Amino acid sequence: MGRAWKFGDDIDTDVIIQGKYLVINEPEELAKHVFENLRPEFAKEVKKGDFVVAGENFGCGSSREHAPLALKATGIEAVIAKSYARIFFRNAINIGLRVLECKETDKIEDGDELEVDYEKGVIYNKTKGEEYPINPLPDFLKEILEKGGLVEFAKSLRERA
Amino acid sequence: MAQTLVEKIFSKASGKEVKAGEFVMANIDLAMIHDITAPLAIKAFREILGSDAKVWDKSKVIMAFDHQVPADSVHAAENHKMLRKFAEEQGILNYDVKGGIAHQIMVENHVEPGMLIVGADSHTCMYGALGAFATGIGSTDMGFVLAMGKLWFKVPESIRFNVHGKLEKHVYGKDIVLKLIGMVGADGANYKACIYSGEVVEKLGMSDRLTMCNMAIEMGGKAGIVEPDKTTLEYLKAMGRPYEGELLKSDEDAEFQEVELDVTGMEPQVAAPHRVDNVVGISEVEGTRVDQVFIGSCTNGRYEDLKIAAEILKGEKVASNVRLIVIPASHREYRRALKEGLIEIFVDAGALVEAPCCGPCMGGSFGLIASGEVSVSTSNRNFIGRQGSPEGKIYLVNPAVAAATAIYGEITDPRKIK
Repeated sequence: MGRAWKFGDDIDTDVIIQGKYLVINEPEELAKHVFENLRPEFAKEVKKGDFVVAGENFGCGSSREHAPLALKATGIEAVIAKSYARIFFRNAINIGLRVLECKETDKIEDGDELEVDYEKGVIYNKTKGEEYPINPLPDFLKEILEKGGLVEFAKSLRERA
Repeated sequence: MAQTLVEKIFSKASGKEVKAGEFVMANIDLAMIHDITAPLAIKAFREILGSDAKVWDKSKVIMAFDHQVPADSVHAAENHKMLRKFAEEQGILNYDVKGGIAHQIMVENHVEPGMLIVGADSHTCMYGALGAFATGIGSTDMGFVLAMGKLWFKVPESIRFNVHGKLEKHVYGKDIVLKLIGMVGADGANYKACIYSGEVVEKLGMSDRLTMCNMAIEMGGKAGIVEPDKTTLEYLKAMGRPYEGELLKSDEDAEFQEVELDVTGMEPQVAAPHRVDNVVGISEVEGTRVDQVFIGSCTNGRYEDLKIAAEILKGEKVASNVRLIVIPASHREYRRALKEGLIEIFVDAGALVEAPCCGPCMGGSFGLIASGEVSVSTSNRNFIGRQGSPEGKIYLVNPAVAAATAIYGEITDPRKIK
């Protein structure tokens, strides 16, 4: 279980991690600056198992993989958004950051306590006593995730060849 | 089966006839990496193939340093050093700090119609102006490409933007694409290819087409594309590499989502803070006091853009409250601007002219703005903190607006002065 950190629509990758930090390649260092210009308290107060909850088009903008890497390194359990920008979504799957698509994020408020049952595909809002369905992933992406990300998927392709 | 250009390119690259919505593993014709995203890509590449890994085809990988050029910190210098060593070991072409912005280098020297190209940068979508399918990917995806020479894709549907009417003076490709982004929104083309079409686009030169394709990502587009035509072939010839291969184009009865725009009477467009889809006509923001003007970037740093700006700045001086930064997009554009006297005009006007690179565009290097300051920029993003302080404001404009604004120190409609 973890708390929801609520954000709006079109959260861009510059806001997730600002350009000046892209010389840093270590995820733990990047994590110290996540959402620095939007919610400066986030990086200090976020706890392992928390959730980033947002609206449409999360992760729009740059292709910087530093954005999902930094989010993952904060220890969050998952991002929950109504929709994702394409490149961010791919990057997140590739590096193993959980990105859940759920159309009902408007019902989640900042500070709500959430829990996810991945098998059932359901998000439980413990604060409100509600539950919301997660949109299932295409089979092709499930295969990459089951292998443990794109690097492991690539290794398995090489073994098959 | 009637196919879009996009479906044709993916059919060629995957060796089977495909349609939008299908998942394919497609062969990559070219891969571009730069100084910001390459370090993580190389890390993923080595995780896949081991420390003695070799790229799948050294003739198809191109490296350039453009985001932090020349190295502006020890961090950046270390990244550059590591990448130089990598390029040398792998035998891949590295433009290093000498070529300019990677995207401009790619279209001038490498991109051909019908190619499937990936770049570890979101503005890779620019190359579609030459009739290729080019898209930005993350570093792990790029690591996979460097190792395997292919990548998985969902073949995207295409939106065809039909642009009609007559462009006003000082209204350019930048204004058309800003208008379209404002119309469909920041995710209006998410997962889709943006094909720019219609009589206005047919008449646009390559520089304007590149600007429009460059900004497809700002509406979520997976690629920006102009179907190849005479202008495409003339451009390739002018770049010293005439193209005589097959010219793939969409079939007439292929399926598109269609968006119509009549540009007749449209004023120069401005993306106001802090969203690229927050687009207004210039009359709504005229008179806004400005601290910095940036003319450059992969979006609007070509010779044609510099010429538009120079014609307005000729014999004028930059306003006392403004610092003007001008950065040509590539070495080739820089030389041409220098030879034709544009650089002299900028210097005489009081501009700072820097060597080809991304400059202030993404706020990771020099030319930053302070809190409360306003930047007017010909680049592609105005997100919070993009060019420095999160309390700064960025307005995105065409090069004529930028030049006029630099002279008057406030957002100025160039049609009213020249």
